[in-house]
Amino acid sequence: MSLKLSLHTKPDVPLEADVICPDKLNGVNETAIAALTVFHGNDQTALGDFFTVKGQCDGEIQLEGDLANVKHLGSEMTIGKMIIEGDVGQHLGACMSGGEIVVEGNAHDWVAPEMTGGKITIKGNAGHLIGSAYRGSPIGMQGGEIIIHGDVKNETGNTMRGGLIAIGGNTGDFTGVNMLAGTIIVLGEMGIRNGASMKRGTIISMHHAPMIPTFSYVCTYNPTYLRMYLSYIRKLGMEVSDEQINGNYKRWIGDAIELNKGEILLYANE
Amino acid sequence: MIDDWRILMKIKSTEIVDTFAEAFKMSGSRIIITAESKQWAMAAAQSITGFATSVIGCKCEAGIEKELSADETPDNRPGISVLIFAMDADGLGKRLMERVGQCVMTCPTTACFNGLESDTTAIVGGQLRYFGDGHQSSKVLGKQRLWRIPVMDGEFVVDERFGIQDAVGGGNILILGKDQKTTLRAATAATKAMREIDGVILPFPNGVVRSGSKVGSKYKALIASSNDAYCPTLRTVSSESLVPEGVNCVLEIVIDGLSEEAVAEAMHVGLHAAAKPGIKQLSAGNYGGNLGQYHLHLNKILEAREASNQS
Repeated sequence: MSLKLSLHTKPDVPLEADVICPDKLNGVNETAIAALTVFHGNDQTALGDFFTVKGQCDGEIQLEGDLANVKHLGSEMTIGKMIIEGDVGQHLGACMSGGEIVVEGNAHDWVAPEMTGGKITIKGNAGHLIGSAYRGSPIGMQGGEIIIHGDVKNETGNTMRGGLIAIGGNTGDFTGVNMLAGTIIVLGEMGIRNGASMKRGTIISMHHAPMIPTFSYVCTYNPTYLRMYLSYIRKLGMEVSDEQINGNYKRWIGDAIELNKGEILLYANE
Repeated sequence: MIDDWRILMKIKSTEIVDTFAEAFKMSGSRIIITAESKQWAMAAAQSITGFATSVIGCKCEAGIEKELSADETPDNRPGISVLIFAMDADGLGKRLMERVGQCVMTCPTTACFNGLESDTTAIVGGQLRYFGDGHQSSKVLGKQRLWRIPVMDGEFVVDERFGIQDAVGGGNILILGKDQKTTLRAATAATKAMREIDGVILPFPNGVVRSGSKVGSKYKALIASSNDAYCPTLRTVSSESLVPEGVNCVLEIVIDGLSEEAVAEAMHVGLHAAAKPGIKQLSAGNYGGNLGQYHLHLNKILEAREASNQS
């Protein structure tokens, strides 16, 4: 039987609840779970002060209620599954290396910073700095998948070095800034200064995007590997057309102030 | 000559000789070649399976397993599934490298993917990538690492690793007919039926071989020589002849497969398809049972599947 955590008291300030993670709750009984420490602002308190605990974690945790102010859910997760019925707060799946998180609502900033594996699906929108490096850190997301069906804000994939970020809607500015490697697919439109300072990696958009001057146009073609990525995210429920899979893409390379080995592919048949 | 006691079964009027095909343990891989059209995928598949009839002279045996529709391939383009076999995993890895590099990477619009999940793998794309001269790049999707190698029509995409598994090489049937035309027709029918079986290939030209060989030779430099026991022109010359009177042509179909079961199934359908008027006997080649790890008895194959069909 899976563990169900229902929010009964909405936190006034962000609630830091990194204990809510299958790794930490597997096999723990209801009483012990309710007694686990969480931080309400700078107050140390018990998880049971905010959540009703029901069942036992057999690898799966279900959360319900407005969790928009609950942070660090699934931090450092390695196994299992978390299903979040509503919205969720910052730092979801921070540094996670395995398992799966599904959010039925929206997510706040810092989804899966410095993730190395596993999968996060967000059916709504998300905030800034998806799959990014923490400030001052040299490497962001290194592996795994972040699938967001809605829009996101700025600096998606900041300094990412591996893995896949797929955005069903639009992104803000600086998508893939400082990118080292990996793949970002944006089915909607991107903001400005995409790929700034990127060394390697791929940013794909289905729409025209403003390019910074240190990127150069090289050719228009149908990248074989992209067919696989687009087919894959279509299987995950994202809206990708046959024309987009079979179509041509304008290839830009940059950033020339770095290695000039990054690429931005823009759908040419829109 | 074959004694009457060696004939225990018949399919219609064709006698099934009570003997077995002696097959060998090999290593096998499946590669999926895709391209912009079926024709270009087939061009690469025909190239990579060229000069790959027998490990004796070609270092590997290869053939086309089947055509794949676009929704069956990793990149949603038309594809061809090819099986390649060699005597061991190391040798197979080398052959894959050579052949994917020379026959697939060179062919316009193609990509090349691993078609076999296995713990044992050979690094193929991971070596071919150096052709990119520093301009190559990789993509990781799930557990799959792909290499993108710049070529003059865009990019050649190839899997980093290809799976290798134990396989069976040298399953066979011999078709003994009254004349060349009749025997060839029976062989063609048999190969058509055998190609419907997944996991097998028929490595010889159009699936049929006429120059079956025996081990050794009177000439010391040769490790194999003409199988005089089945040469009609030597029927009364060779003391070992197994050509009955009235048989004037013998053709062999060799089968390599990813499992003994797949090879046996191919032999089964091949025997039934080849049993036609004018085909006196269906037999199989072996070396006395001392060399190969697999003994595929014709009667057992037929009996087991007849029993299975009846139940």
